[in-house]
Amino acid sequence: MADRRYTKTHEWVALDGKHATIGITDFAQSQLGDVVFLELPKPGRKLDIGETFGVVESVKAASDLYSPVAGRISEVNDKLASKPELINSDPFGDGWILKLELTGDLPSDLLDEDAYKKVTEANH
Amino acid sequence: MVDFGGWEMPQQYTSIRDEHFAVRKAAGLFDVSHMGRFRITGPSTTAFLQRLVTNDVSRLEQGQAQYNLMCNESGGIVDDLVVYCSEEGFLAVVNASNREKDLDWMRSHAPADVNIEDRTFELALVAFQGPEAERLLPSQGLHDLPYFGFRTRSVAGVPAVISRTGYTGEDGFEIMVGSERVGQVWDAILENGANRGILPAGLGARDAARLEAALRLWGNDMDETVNAYEAGLGWTVKLDKGEFVGREALQKVKSEGPRRKLVGLKMQPGDIARHGAAVSTGGRHLGVITSGTHSFFLGYPVALAMVEARSLSVGDRAVVEVRGREAPAEVVKLPFYRGSAHSFTEKKESRNG
Repeated sequence: MADRRYTKTHEWVALDGKHATIGITDFAQSQLGDVVFLELPKPGRKLDIGETFGVVESVKAASDLYSPVAGRISEVNDKLASKPELINSDPFGDGWILKLELTGDLPSDLLDEDAYKKVTEANH
Repeated sequence: MVDFGGWEMPQQYTSIRDEHFAVRKAAGLFDVSHMGRFRITGPSTTAFLQRLVTNDVSRLEQGQAQYNLMCNESGGIVDDLVVYCSEEGFLAVVNASNREKDLDWMRSHAPADVNIEDRTFELALVAFQGPEAERLLPSQGLHDLPYFGFRTRSVAGVPAVISRTGYTGEDGFEIMVGSERVGQVWDAILENGANRGILPAGLGARDAARLEAALRLWGNDMDETVNAYEAGLGWTVKLDKGEFVGREALQKVKSEGPRRKLVGLKMQPGDIARHGAAVSTGGRHLGVITSGTHSFFLGYPVALAMVEARSLSVGDRAVVEVRGREAPAEVVKLPFYRGSAHSFTEKKESRNG
């Protein structure tokens, strides 16, 4: 199991050396409700920490997606185009959004599981 | 859970998609106890209501309900409501967000011998909606209940007022019971329909279903600045029934023609048009989106837009602002989806004709 960290904006990042996989958290998907569409970038694009890289559109609202880390996109989850509901059913697994090759250091404000849990509890 | 007119309500119990499909294919059970319920009694109640609302209340017989608008002097919609005529008087069911405003409005127009009592907290209201609702409701003697008719029957042993009304476009019932026993009724309906495709359904499924059926939502598709004809609800306005609040203004709108109208838009997958988004053609602003969602059932997003009266017709193309860009839209006929409620009315009408 790769090491998973979280942001205050409810993205997660799983790290395996220089390879990062990112998605949105279970809390985020439960708040959004049924996801119907994702607007996502193409592989090759470089993202900065905190950069907006796409939009997740649920029945309730459109929400921006922010990159938790700096890196170059190596892969976009193509399955989400036809099955956006994977974000709801398996947010930490098949509902992953991007894979990145890290280009810089990790930001210092990424949260571990316990710290993220406190953020979601405060939002309830 | 979300706040809705001061009530804490579930957006969904499980999934909006599943709940919405349950309503269209079998039945969904909604808790709509947030809706305001007023009991209106006294010697001149009929005359009072006749002056207050747009439809002809004098045509109502006991056991019949009627869709109505309550307008201001300029013909703007204060609220939409269902008026029930019973042995003891009338009952009005109004929007949750307007309950207090409506109560003040009604009382300020009521003569001294009419009593308006807010029964919202003593009575609970659940809606059981879908093509299988009649078959799966644990109650008897409803098969010949006409659309917008109501009667007193027990549901799972609990005395209830059951009307053949709803807000989903499907056949189904709204069931009024004493608040203290609604849990029993709720559980019994779900238990009776277990493994038959029924689900408890939240606000998300309710909004999607009502929008597909093009049923207007007060606060989105109409409000005090929108008149009955603009909202496409001219059929509820009976100008020849005598004096009522807003009649003069509505008469004028009708003879001159409304300046705006509601149209239905079909959008491309992923382009959900949100309330307030601009609608235009060829760079010319025509109006705004009043309601929009993704229809899981139809497989594409749908929206209602309030536009200039002589602009868009069925088949026309328009553009809608979605996430800061222009998204293509096609004007389509309303409703987007015709559920079992309509086939039920048509059946009744053809029988009568």
